Amino acid sequence: MDPLEAIKATFFQECDELLADLESGLLELEGGGGDIETVNAVFRAVHSVKGGAGAFGLEPLVRFAHVFETTLDDMRSGKLATEPAAVKVMLRAADVLADHVSAARGQGAVDEAGSLRLVAELKALCGGPAAAAGADGDDEVVMVDTEVEDDGFGDFDFTPVIVEIEGPAEAEVAAMPTWRIGFKPSRAMYAKANETALLLRELDRIGACQVTLNADALPDFDALDPEDSYFSWIIDIETDQGEAAIREVFEFVEDDCEITLEAIGPSATSDAPLAPSEAPELAVAAAEPAAPDGDVLALLERAKLAAAEMQAAAPSSAAVSTEPPRAAPPPAPAPAAALHPADNGDAKAAAGTTIRVDLERVDRLIDLVGELVINQAMLTQRVGESGLARSSTVSVGLEDLEHLTREIQDSVMAIRAQPVKSVFQRMPRLVREVAAMTNKQVRLTTEGENTEVDKTVIERLSDPLIHMIRNAIDHGLEKPEVRVAAGKPAEGVVKLCALHRSGRIVIEVSDDGAGINRERVKQIALDKGLIAADATLTDEETDNLIFLPGFSTAATVSDISGRGVGMDVVRRQVQALGGRISITSNPGKGSTFSLSLPLTLAVLDGMVVGVSGHTLVTPLTAIIETLQPKTNDVRLLGPNGAVLAVRDAYVPLVDVGAVLGYRKGPTDWTTGVVLLVESEVGGRAALLVDAIQGQRQVVIKSLEANYQRVEGIAAATILGDGRVALILDVDALIDVRRKDARRSAAPPAARLPLAS
Amino acid sequence: MSNVTSLEKAGLQKAGRRRELISFRIGPQEFCVDIMSVREIRGWTAATPLPQSPDYVRGVINLRGAVLPIIDLAARLELGETDATARSVIIVTHIGPRLVGLLVDAVSDILTITEDQVQPTPDIACDTVREFVKGLLAVEGRMISWVALERVLPELEAEAA
Repeated sequence: MDPLEAIKATFFQECDELLADLESGLLELEGGGGDIETVNAVFRAVHSVKGGAGAFGLEPLVRFAHVFETTLDDMRSGKLATEPAAVKVMLRAADVLADHVSAARGQGAVDEAGSLRLVAELKALCGGPAAAAGADGDDEVVMVDTEVEDDGFGDFDFTPVIVEIEGPAEAEVAAMPTWRIGFKPSRAMYAKANETALLLRELDRIGACQVTLNADALPDFDALDPEDSYFSWIIDIETDQGEAAIREVFEFVEDDCEITLEAIGPSATSDAPLAPSEAPELAVAAAEPAAPDGDVLALLERAKLAAAEMQAAAPSSAAVSTEPPRAAPPPAPAPAAALHPADNGDAKAAAGTTIRVDLERVDRLIDLVGELVINQAMLTQRVGESGLARSSTVSVGLEDLEHLTREIQDSVMAIRAQPVKSVFQRMPRLVREVAAMTNKQVRLTTEGENTEVDKTVIERLSDPLIHMIRNAIDHGLEKPEVRVAAGKPAEGVVKLCALHRSGRIVIEVSDDGAGINRERVKQIALDKGLIAADATLTDEETDNLIFLPGFSTAATVSDISGRGVGMDVVRRQVQALGGRISITSNPGKGSTFSLSLPLTLAVLDGMVVGVSGHTLVTPLTAIIETLQPKTNDVRLLGPNGAVLAVRDAYVPLVDVGAVLGYRKGPTDWTTGVVLLVESEVGGRAALLVDAIQGQRQVVIKSLEANYQRVEGIAAATILGDGRVALILDVDALIDVRRKDARRSAAPPAARLPLAS
Repeated sequence: MSNVTSLEKAGLQKAGRRRELISFRIGPQEFCVDIMSVREIRGWTAATPLPQSPDYVRGVINLRGAVLPIIDLAARLELGETDATARSVIIVTHIGPRLVGLLVDAVSDILTITEDQVQPTPDIACDTVREFVKGLLAVEGRMISWVALERVLPELEAEAA
């Protein structure tokens, strides 16, 4: 990858984060929460996207972001109220912005018409055409830009770039002397192709700069000579490199400009107390600007001047930036906050220090720790075999090692753990889109979005969640008029909630819609031959019929959830993650789908069992109980089937050895141990194994990485003796057995007459 | 002298790329694979059998934490199952993105050849041979078959869950 591409990739990575920030900020505003800081955060997000996009020449993205930013700036300055209607438009704008980013990335295309429509809506919010139009010759409109003179385009509809050259804003430079530089370039300087921005950048290299632009000399538009120089700058620089270093920066232009250089003393922290008293003045100065012309730029300009005045009084950048503008007493803090948009953001970032690490490195580490765990288990086994006393120093040392390994493993797993927020954040957009398509009013509420779970789980969680939410809106929620008729608010609520429960993560998607129409579900299942005509089903069993393959209640295939895939796909996806899905429904009140997923896909608690001389691992989550079958409890059924009487129910018996092909045919069913398991597909089943060897945590190793899927086997692991053991896929195992036993009866098998 | 070297050079250029192959024995026959696709050679350890697998898949072993499938090359080439002993050898090879172990009787040699030395598999050979052998080499009077590694794994399941 060439360097530019690499930088671009980083930019897009940042875009994802910024877009997420943007959306969460807007949602906060929509919910009535959030203050001016939230508006600022939202503004910053859009601004940063635009800035980066500009650097890469991503024109459409920049154009859209600019309009968006302009509108947000109005909100920031208080001209536009943060009312729900406006925020809703902005949420949609955020969606389009995300589309633009994807398009720039080469993924997907932008709906141009939709984009233009939103641009119009955003402009309408601003109360007129974008501020930078400038065709009417209004004197305030001329760009405040360092490059007016060089800009021979005559096209004034460009994006102003405010060059913020800020050094480390913290007070660590307390002892450094501060210099004030007055810099007024002459016409000749620009004629020699010198450039102020470059000089400022150069200055920034030798110390932290606070740059103030003085545009007082700027004439009216008609009097403007594009080749003349009107601006001057005041630069406060903190540097320990002395006057010579500063002079050197201006070495080549000193004949073509006016430079004043004075030492204004070390930037002492003792200056700080001065700042608060100045802050109100700043706020007032910034708040008073003439609203009539409605020009954002003019506002910014005045604010800058106000800032300059303030600096004159408290000429230390450290003092200014460490004093949150919010401290300014009565007058509107909004514009003041706008002056230093970066301050609070920086403070927040500093609170939680994070680093970006290549996922591959983390995975490598996890692999290594997996090795360590296996190795440690091996060592323990060897020491045990060597007959050393449990109290020997070796054994004691080993025990410590075991604790340490476990702790290392947990910590490493925690690196991969991420809050489900990243998935939840994608849902509001989906809800908006689906709601618009179905003409329903939907509000999405989320809970527990900071619940953490393994990254892989998160990545693979998104599809099933999207599907379930679509379903909840499309099939679950009623039309507004129906809802009102039923005495419910017109706006339906879809709730997304995550929590930890007994070592697993549970995610619930609930709606307050009509609930499952059981009569219809039963009828459809009958029509499609999924259940027997005389089957008696409990409500719960009926509800679970929707997970059967080939079941879809949508009478008409809709664009949203009827894409030929049903809840059975969702269930398969969830099962592939080692999870379960269940549904509870309350007619007229709504339904709740809950997913229960393992926290990690790297380790698993399993029961180690022996079958025909082979060692296998059964996931502990699937096992309900283990028992020793008695001759009386085993009933033969058909030519080679058998069921086990467990209390009042007959549970199909599955000989694991026979299904996996380790041995032929049914053996004596009573020798061995039975694991009573709960399967997602077919209710309960009894797995017959020879012996139980113990219970332990195993590291999951993929079989697919170097080989392929094996039916009945979920994955592999490495045991203490260094050999590979296979992890059973309980559901698939039962499925294999059922396929063998000809066509099965409709599940749930436990209550229904068995077909085999 | 200089004439000879330039002649030699010309010959080499015509002959195409040089290749290094690793040759091994299965029963009386000799086979080889490109040395670039071989990651390591190790002794035989008992494999954990995989259910529902073809008989030439001996099972999986633990290769420093990775689960490595072992293909009995003799069985795959329909030469009968290998009776694995402590002297049997597993050649760990890259096949596409996968790492696969090939069970063979013994590793014999490293050969340096040029591509023009590879002779096409004769037409009279049976289907199995034509499927798994991409060419023949004559080295010091021995015939060595070049194994087409990409065919060794069972056909991958179409279903991608």
